[in-house]
Amino acid sequence: MKFEIEYSTIENVAGPLVVVGKVRNAQYNEIVRIKLHNGETRLGQVLDTSSTQAVVQVFGPTDGINVSSTSVSFLGETFNTGVSEDMLGRVFDGQGRPRDGGSSVSYEEKRDINGAPINPVSRRYPSDFIETGISAIDGLDTLVRGQKLPIFSSSGLPHNQLVAQITRQANVKNSSESFAVVFAGIGITYDDYSYFVSEFRKTGALKRAVAFINLADDPSIERIITPRLALSTAEFLAYEKGMHVLVILNDMTNYAEALRELSSAREEVPGRRGYPGYMYTDLASLYERAGIVAGRNGSITQLDVVTMPSDDVTHPIPDLTGYITEGQIFMSRDLVNKGLYPAIQPLGSLSRLMSNGIGAGKTREDHRGVSDQLYGLYAKAQDAKSLSAIVGAEALSDSDKRYLKFGDDFENKFLKQGFYERRSIEDTLEIGWDLLSEMPEGELTRLKKEFIAKYYKKKGTA
Amino acid sequence: MGIIERISGPLVVADEMLGTKMYDVVRVGDSGLIGEIIQLRKERAVIQVYEDTTGLKPGEKVVSTDLPLSVELAPGLLGNIYDGIQRPLEVLESKSGSFIGKGLTADAIGRSKKWKFIPEKGIKNGSMVKDGEIIGHVQETEFLKHYIMVPVGMSGKISGLKEGTFKVDDKIATIEGKGKKHEITMLQRRSVRRSQPFKRKFRAAIPLITGQRVIDMLFPIAKGGTAAAPGPFGSGKTVIQHQLAKWSDADIIVYVGCGERGNEMTEVLTEFPELKDPKTGRPLIERTVLIANTSNMPVAAREASVYTGITIAEYFRDMGYSVAILADSTSRWAEAMREISARLEEMPGEEGYPAYLPKRLAEYYERSGTVESLAGKTGSVTIVGAVSPPGGDLSEPVSQGTLRVVKTFWALDASLANSRHFPSINWLTSYSLYLDDLEEWYNKTFGEEFVKNRREIMRILQKEAELKDIVQLVGAEALPDEERIVLEMGKMLREDFLRQSAFDEADAYTSMKKQAAMISTMLHFRKRAQDAVRSGVPLDGILSVKVREEIARMKEIKESDVEKSEHRIKGEIDSQFAALVKQYGEGERREAVAKE
Repeated sequence: MKFEIEYSTIENVAGPLVVVGKVRNAQYNEIVRIKLHNGETRLGQVLDTSSTQAVVQVFGPTDGINVSSTSVSFLGETFNTGVSEDMLGRVFDGQGRPRDGGSSVSYEEKRDINGAPINPVSRRYPSDFIETGISAIDGLDTLVRGQKLPIFSSSGLPHNQLVAQITRQANVKNSSESFAVVFAGIGITYDDYSYFVSEFRKTGALKRAVAFINLADDPSIERIITPRLALSTAEFLAYEKGMHVLVILNDMTNYAEALRELSSAREEVPGRRGYPGYMYTDLASLYERAGIVAGRNGSITQLDVVTMPSDDVTHPIPDLTGYITEGQIFMSRDLVNKGLYPAIQPLGSLSRLMSNGIGAGKTREDHRGVSDQLYGLYAKAQDAKSLSAIVGAEALSDSDKRYLKFGDDFENKFLKQGFYERRSIEDTLEIGWDLLSEMPEGELTRLKKEFIAKYYKKKGTA
Repeated sequence: MGIIERISGPLVVADEMLGTKMYDVVRVGDSGLIGEIIQLRKERAVIQVYEDTTGLKPGEKVVSTDLPLSVELAPGLLGNIYDGIQRPLEVLESKSGSFIGKGLTADAIGRSKKWKFIPEKGIKNGSMVKDGEIIGHVQETEFLKHYIMVPVGMSGKISGLKEGTFKVDDKIATIEGKGKKHEITMLQRRSVRRSQPFKRKFRAAIPLITGQRVIDMLFPIAKGGTAAAPGPFGSGKTVIQHQLAKWSDADIIVYVGCGERGNEMTEVLTEFPELKDPKTGRPLIERTVLIANTSNMPVAAREASVYTGITIAEYFRDMGYSVAILADSTSRWAEAMREISARLEEMPGEEGYPAYLPKRLAEYYERSGTVESLAGKTGSVTIVGAVSPPGGDLSEPVSQGTLRVVKTFWALDASLANSRHFPSINWLTSYSLYLDDLEEWYNKTFGEEFVKNRREIMRILQKEAELKDIVQLVGAEALPDEERIVLEMGKMLREDFLRQSAFDEADAYTSMKKQAAMISTMLHFRKRAQDAVRSGVPLDGILSVKVREEIARMKEIKESDVEKSEHRIKGEIDSQFAALVKQYGEGERREAVAKE
């Protein structure tokens, strides 16, 4: 048994922070238990320690804490969480306590929620194509196992549906390996939470899923740990149990706001828009936990939802996220207004790991060329569209008119897709070739001649 | 020995530190974390710790090593991957597994391997040797002689020098001077925060050939020069850095992954042993030193990683090699400075960055250059820094501080990247201030046509941009045919020359010879097209010539077929246009006859 001293020396309480005086030798990042006079306990963590006092961040509300009768004990360990395979099918709260009314889980091991950085030489470069069944992703910005690919959305856009559809449909070709979903709801509404639970239940994904839910009215400081619990659980399932884990962090904007709240409580010098200067590093400590470790069977793929405040991609949250993640899926309000689900705007979307996951033997030999060519033509269609807005469609040259038509067809046939519609990669590439075959062959300079010869549908022959 | 008083993130305050010096390396706490003293107040020292401080307690001890932060330099550097403070990541993996543990130390250079050391001709026992002088070499790779130099500050009379096979820390000679005796090994240490002395610096005169058409042709960087590539996320900074690391004709590449993605380093580690150096045909990894301090690794070590890289680069420069150091991204380095500065509670400058940020940036880029080293060799360090401005807005301090000192600016453009035009270097806003310095070299190497053609294509691209503004208002139909030819030429140059795929084997690297051939062919096309317009051929006729597609596919031509293809395509241009002129000319004549 460890010897625990209870300190009743709280000096001040402000926001989520408590300063405990006359403490000797509190560890940096040590976990503390705070006991209120009515017996209620809360957890906290040491943020700053010196030979005379410790600054503690409380996970949870600070109401009821007082200076005279609240006691604090230092637990001598950093924040660990229990993990086990039995967690599959269960729902926990933002601090990892069961919230589904089920029994408590017996844990197989304890893990530090902050994890440890993967040694870059121990990583295996992600190269397994994940078929999401969505053309805009598979065809243009392919998701690869071990990738971190956020969804840049905005309020009012159907990102929850998109996440649900990907979760339902995603699979790796020719693979029967075991998979799991770890879902972290960070400051989401009860509505969103129940949407996901019912979607997962409908498709049977719930049995293979672990959910950590911090609701919008739960303590915001808890949001700092919710994604870390999810990622530690995912690491256990991936690296100890050999599962391919899809981690969904929803919504990272709420996380970043909690980080800002904590930073301002600590009276730190604010960076852009009040977010702390270390936000890049902090976000990286979450996103970089995606990946594949050489010599282990599992993998962690991350889909992170980021809602862009006022649709602004240069806002610090999406901006810093984009600098860390391996691309982004960009959702567009314009496309939603046109009635286009899933509203993924390819211009603005990117998958950095695509090259290694596509091509002959993985998807198809012409995949890169088709994707580049569709991109190039769609970009030209946008130019033609803005030109026609000024000079009128009549004044456009023939080639601009062709681009314009291509743009419309591309949106309606390629980008547009049903919520329950699942397209194989071959279907997706076929649609791509249907569109490309409407263009003169000479326009297709981003495609190799041999692929044009093989796939281009000459008029009257297709 | 000191005592920890306070811990706040990567900063530790320790008491009883009297006698320690600024920037000394210390071991912090019972687990011996590595740190560096960055502030002294009487007995109290502020230490930035290069590892995660979780679990550290006040009251634990701090021990000074009495040495500044330095790197180990010896045969065995090449092909290695280090963290920001030169701990070899492969050794760390063998010590703590796939995840990096704490308090680990490891020699940067393996001590067990033996190298064959050959003394320099002309250096005999009893010779007087000076600082930095070469006393011998080791053949480290098939193509690289690793010269062993006298460490700075150890000049004198040499003795005990002999040929043989040694470990890097075996004594290979003794130097006696100024009343002191120094044992010389193949391994030397250099402090990272100060630039190394050299005899003199030269002006830039030779380009670093990168095989990237937009760079080599329009915005070249000189060997010993500096360049910055700022751009928003997704604009292809990393791909450009990787391309330069792969294809530029430097002897040595130092690649610093500073606060970026782990998978990017993995990519380099997977690819470089497979890819061949176009100059030597050997695996690229043999000329590369990697420094990886990814975004989730400790922030203080990220601050150090850039210095570790440049010090290694200078070491090879001193041997007479051309070295290119690629840092991706210098913004993360600046942010690390900001984070440490904020914890020190320094008065912040712009956007929270410390007031000394511009000075640090300038100091770093100033460590570039072509120099005559103390050894009397001419070597160069070329610095290319990626910059990641928030929201892509270049008015922020890191971009501005960088642009004030670098001479080549590659403006990465989000809208180009969105339409998958890579490299997304904007040809209107980028610049290279080396063009004049390099002109002599171009003239000597490729003849005067090269520079002339270069100016010509810049003119076309600028004219195209002007015309496009007009087209935006009135539509292309309103322009005369001669100007529409300019539009077509601009499109050809952009799509068929400037755009280059890093993922296509034939396209990823283009030799200067092939670049010159492509440009010459395209300008030949323009000349014929202009002639045709003047002789009355309508634009549609010109646009329909078949040879345009062949020009578009010139990038796929093999390097060995360049001359033949250029000749053939130019011939095609001539004959197809001749046919066109004849067809329309005859048409006009027939019309004229009919009228009569």
